[in-house]
Amino acid sequence: MSRHRDVRNMDYSEDYDGYDDIYGHSVDDDYYISPSNRQFLYNRENAGQSRSGEVYPMEQDIQEEDETEEELKLMEMDKAKLESCMDQVRTTLSPLHMSRQEIVKIIIDNKFEIDKIINYILNTQRTMPTDRRDKGVVPTTTIIPSGENENEKVIVPSNTNIIKGFEIDPATLDSISRSQSPNSGRGTPVVTSNSEIAEEPKLRKKDRKTTEALYKKERGEAREHLYMIVIGHVDAGKSTLMGHILYAMGQVNQKTMHKYEQESKKLGKQSFMYAWVLDETGEERTRGITMDVGRCQFETKTKMVTLLDAPGHKDFIPNMISGAAQADVALLVVDATRGEFETGFDFGGQTREHALLVRSLGVTQLAVAVNKLDTVAWSQDRFEEIIGKMKSFLRQAGFKESDVTYVPCSGLTGENLVKKPSESELMTWYNGPCLLEVIDSFRPPARPVSKPFRLSINDIFKGIGSAFCISGKVETGALNVGDKVLICPNKETATVKSLAIDELSQAVVFAGDQATVTLSGIDMQNVSVGNILCDPQDPVQVTSKFEARIVVFNIRVPITKGCNVVLHHQSLEEPAVICKLVAELNKSTGEQIKKHPRFLQKNTSAIVEVQMSKLIALELYSECKELGRVMLRQSGVTIAAGLVTRIIS
Amino acid sequence: MKLVAKNVTKDGEGDVTLVPEEPEDMWHAYNLISDGDSVRSTTIRKVQTESSTGSSTSSRVRTTLTISVESIDFDTQACMLRLKGKNIEENQFVKMNAYHTLELEMNRKFSLRKAEWDTISLERIEMACDPTKSADVAAVIMHEGLAHVCLITSSMTLVRAKIDVNIPRKRKGFVAQHEKGLQKFYDTVLQAILRHINFDIVKCILICSPGFVRDQFFEYLFQMAVKTDNKILLENKGKFMLVHSSSGFKHSLREALQDPAVINKISDTKAAGEVKALENFYTVLQCEPSKAFYGKKHIEKAIEAQAVESLLISDKLFRCQDVKLRKEYVQIIDSVRESGGEVKIFSSLHISGEQLEQLTGIAAILRFPMPELEEDSDEEA
Repeated sequence: MSRHRDVRNMDYSEDYDGYDDIYGHSVDDDYYISPSNRQFLYNRENAGQSRSGEVYPMEQDIQEEDETEEELKLMEMDKAKLESCMDQVRTTLSPLHMSRQEIVKIIIDNKFEIDKIINYILNTQRTMPTDRRDKGVVPTTTIIPSGENENEKVIVPSNTNIIKGFEIDPATLDSISRSQSPNSGRGTPVVTSNSEIAEEPKLRKKDRKTTEALYKKERGEAREHLYMIVIGHVDAGKSTLMGHILYAMGQVNQKTMHKYEQESKKLGKQSFMYAWVLDETGEERTRGITMDVGRCQFETKTKMVTLLDAPGHKDFIPNMISGAAQADVALLVVDATRGEFETGFDFGGQTREHALLVRSLGVTQLAVAVNKLDTVAWSQDRFEEIIGKMKSFLRQAGFKESDVTYVPCSGLTGENLVKKPSESELMTWYNGPCLLEVIDSFRPPARPVSKPFRLSINDIFKGIGSAFCISGKVETGALNVGDKVLICPNKETATVKSLAIDELSQAVVFAGDQATVTLSGIDMQNVSVGNILCDPQDPVQVTSKFEARIVVFNIRVPITKGCNVVLHHQSLEEPAVICKLVAELNKSTGEQIKKHPRFLQKNTSAIVEVQMSKLIALELYSECKELGRVMLRQSGVTIAAGLVTRIIS
Repeated sequence: MKLVAKNVTKDGEGDVTLVPEEPEDMWHAYNLISDGDSVRSTTIRKVQTESSTGSSTSSRVRTTLTISVESIDFDTQACMLRLKGKNIEENQFVKMNAYHTLELEMNRKFSLRKAEWDTISLERIEMACDPTKSADVAAVIMHEGLAHVCLITSSMTLVRAKIDVNIPRKRKGFVAQHEKGLQKFYDTVLQAILRHINFDIVKCILICSPGFVRDQFFEYLFQMAVKTDNKILLENKGKFMLVHSSSGFKHSLREALQDPAVINKISDTKAAGEVKALENFYTVLQCEPSKAFYGKKHIEKAIEAQAVESLLISDKLFRCQDVKLRKEYVQIIDSVRESGGEVKIFSSLHISGEQLEQLTGIAAILRFPMPELEEDSDEEA
C-alpha cells in the first residue's frame, strides 16, 4: 500500500540523520586541525593548485588525484600557456627584477592573460605603463578572491609581495581565481562596462526603461552571449574545426566521440569524425558535407558562445544566410593547402561570397582561421601569403583591419585550437593567441533591449504535447511568458506559453537571445519560416513593395529592370522582382550619378524598388538595422545586398 | 489546330475557321482573338419560353451564335477560353445584341472574323497549325520545403501544383523531426507527380533542385514505386532527368532549361529557345551595353536607324485592348523584318516571357552600338 504512504513529503534528511557523518565524508582535515596548523598539512583538495603555484605542475600530483585525465590535459595546457606567457613577459619587460616563482604566481592569478599580467606587474612596480591594447576590448572583470586563494597564500610564503599587491590596490586589480578548466563556471565575472546597453534616444514607452533595468538584473551577472558563425569555402574544414573545439572543450563525451570515430571509419571517412559532432543527419554524414546550419554551445572564460556551423557548399548558401543573420561575429575558415585556398578564394569560391555576405549582414568582427596548416608543414611563408591576400580582400569587403585576427591552426590535429601550439615548427614563428582566446576576445555587440519586441522565425517544429514551438533570434526588445504577440505579415495573434534558451526554460528573453517560444492560440499552418513575431502594440511594417539602397556585387549579368531575384530577409526566402531602377549612386559618396539607369553593372551602388510576390514583414534600416537588411540572389549567386530605405504601400 | 477555311482579302479583312485539337490551341486562340472581332461557334444557351397562358419554361438548347467579342478570359489551369460579347446574328433563340459568353471547346470548330488580319495573327495561325509536335516536358523544381510541378508545352509553362511545406531544421539531438518532415514533403511531391503528369504524353521529366534534394527525391520516388508496385513510374524511369537549379522557385526553371543535357533532349521546345535568346540579350548588355536596349521608345529609335538585329517581344503586347497600340507593335515587327532583322515572339506563359514582360516586354540587340540612345535616359514609363 505504498500509495498511502506520503512519499513525496517524506523527510529523508531525518531518516538519514547521521548518515553523512559516517559515509562519503572524510572528516579529518575539516574537524581536527586548527586553521593555524593547516599550512603544514598536505591537503589533497588543493594540492595541485598550490604546488603548481610553487613550481611546475608535477604529473604525479595529478595522478594521485581521483579526477580523470581531463585534469591532466589541463595541466599540460596550462604548462604550455605558462611557458608562452613567461616568454612574453620576459620579452616585453626585459629588465625584470622578479623571480621566476613570482612571475609564475602572477601568471596563474591572472589566468594566463598576457595583457593583464603585464599590466599587473607594471602596476605593482609603480611604473606608468603604456597600454598596448585598447582596454575596452576585454570587458573588465572583477572577482572577490575565494577561500582557496587564501589557502594558497598561507601555503606559499614566498608570495608575500603579491599579497601586498592585493592589499594595496584591490580596486584596479583584475584577477580571477584560477579555474579548474577554461570552461568551468567558477568565478562569475561581473560586467562593469555599460556599453552593451544601447541608448535609446526616444523612449516611446515608459516600460522601456524597466526592460532595460530588468535586462541588467537578469543578465548582468551571467556570461555574455555571443553568436558566432563559422564560414568558409566547402571542405575548408569548418565542421571539423568546430567539432574538435567542442570535443577539446569537453562538450562531447569520449564515448560519443569514439562512436563517431568507429562509424566514420566504417564509411571510410575517418577524417570526418569531428565534423559528425555538428553534422547530424544521415545525409550530411554520408555525403560528408554540412547542409544546414549546425548549432552548438560552449563557454569560454568570459563568453557563452553559440556556434553556428554554416554549410560551405554553394547550393546551401540560403541556409548559410539564415544562420549568418543571427550571428554577431564570424569565424572565416580558409584551407591552407596549396591549390585549395586558391579555389576557395578565386572568383566563384565561397570564401569571398561568404565574407561579403556576413559583412553585408552586419557582422564586423572576424577571425580568420588558417586551417590545415599541417599539410604545408606549418610553413610561415604560406601563412603570410594567405594573410596578405585575405587582408587586401577583407579591406575591400569593408572589414576594419583592427577587427580581423588571423590564427594558424589545424582542425584535424587540434593544433592551436584551445591551447597554445605544441608543434615546434609552429612555435618557432607563432606566439599569438590560440583560436579559443581569439573567440574569447570578441566584443559582444550592443543588444537593443529597449526597442519594441521583434523576433524572426527561423524554425518551426512540434514541441511536447499538442503545442508547437518556433525558434529564432530575438532581434530587439524583450519577451515575457504570457505576452501576446503578433505574427506578421499574416497578422495573427498568439500567446507565449513558455520560453526557452537552449532547452533551459526562461521567464523572459532579451534581444540577442536565440529563443525557443512555445505558442498557443494559433495554428501551425498559419506560421511559416521568415515570419516576424512582434509586439501587438508596436507592430512591424508589412508590405509587398519597398525601396532599397543596394550594393551590387561582382556579377556576370547586369541587373536590369524586371530582374527576377530571390530575396533573403533574415530566414525568409521569397522570389522578388526588381521593378524599378530609381537611381545609380556613387559607391563611396552616395551621390546620385544617374537617374533611371538602364541597367546596373557590377560593383555599383543604386536605389531600386523591389516588388515581392506576397506580403512580407520588414523594417526601415534607419529604424531597425537587423530587420532592414536584405540580400538579393539570382541563379545561386548573391548579386546584391541592400538596406531598406522606404516602404511603399 | 486544324485550319478548315481561310478567306482573307488583300486588304486584310476576312475570316478563318479553325478546329482546336489540344489544350495548347486554346492559348493560340487566346492570342488570336482580340476585342471587336466576331466569333461564330456552337454553344449551349438557356432559353426561356413563355407560353400563351403565361407560365414560363426554360430549356437548354444547342445553337450556333456569332458574337462581337468584348472581353476574353483565359483559364490557364483548365486551358479554357471564355469570350463574352453581344450577339450580332439574330436567330430563333437569341435576340440581337443579347449578351452571351462563348466557351470555346476542343474539337468544335469556330470561325473568327477580323476587320484586319495583321502579319502577327496570320503567323500565329501558321504556327498553331504546324503539325510537327514538340516534346512535352514536365518539370519538378524543388528545394527543401518548396516544390513546383510544371508542365512545359511548346508555348506554355503551366504550374500544376505548388507544394509549400515547413520542414523543421536539424537541431541538436532532434534530427528525427527534420527527417520526418522531409519524408512527408517528398511524399506530397510524389502524389502531385502521379496526379498531374500524364506519362503517355510527357517525353521527359526534369527534377531540378539545388544540392542533393533531387537525388534524395529520385531515390525516394523509386523506393516508393517499388514498394507500391507502381508500374507507371517503373516503366518511365528512363524519362527522368536530374538537373541543377539554384532554388525551388518557378523562375529557377530557366537555369534548368539552360543545362546542355536538357537542351539536347528538348531542343525543339520553344521554351528553351526563348531562354537562350534572353540570355543572349543579357550577355550583350553586359559586354556592349550600347548594343542592347529595352523599352518601346529606345527600340523605335533603333528601328529608325535600321539597327535592330534581333528583336525580342512578348506576345502580351499584342493582346492589349488598344487597337492603335497593337498596330504600333505590329509595325515594329514588320519594319524589323524588312530591314533583315530577326523577330522572336516570346510566350508570356513561359518563364523567360515573364521576365521579358517585366523588362517592358520589348528588347533588342542592335547591329551596331548606338551610344546616343543611352544619353536620353528619361524613358522609363
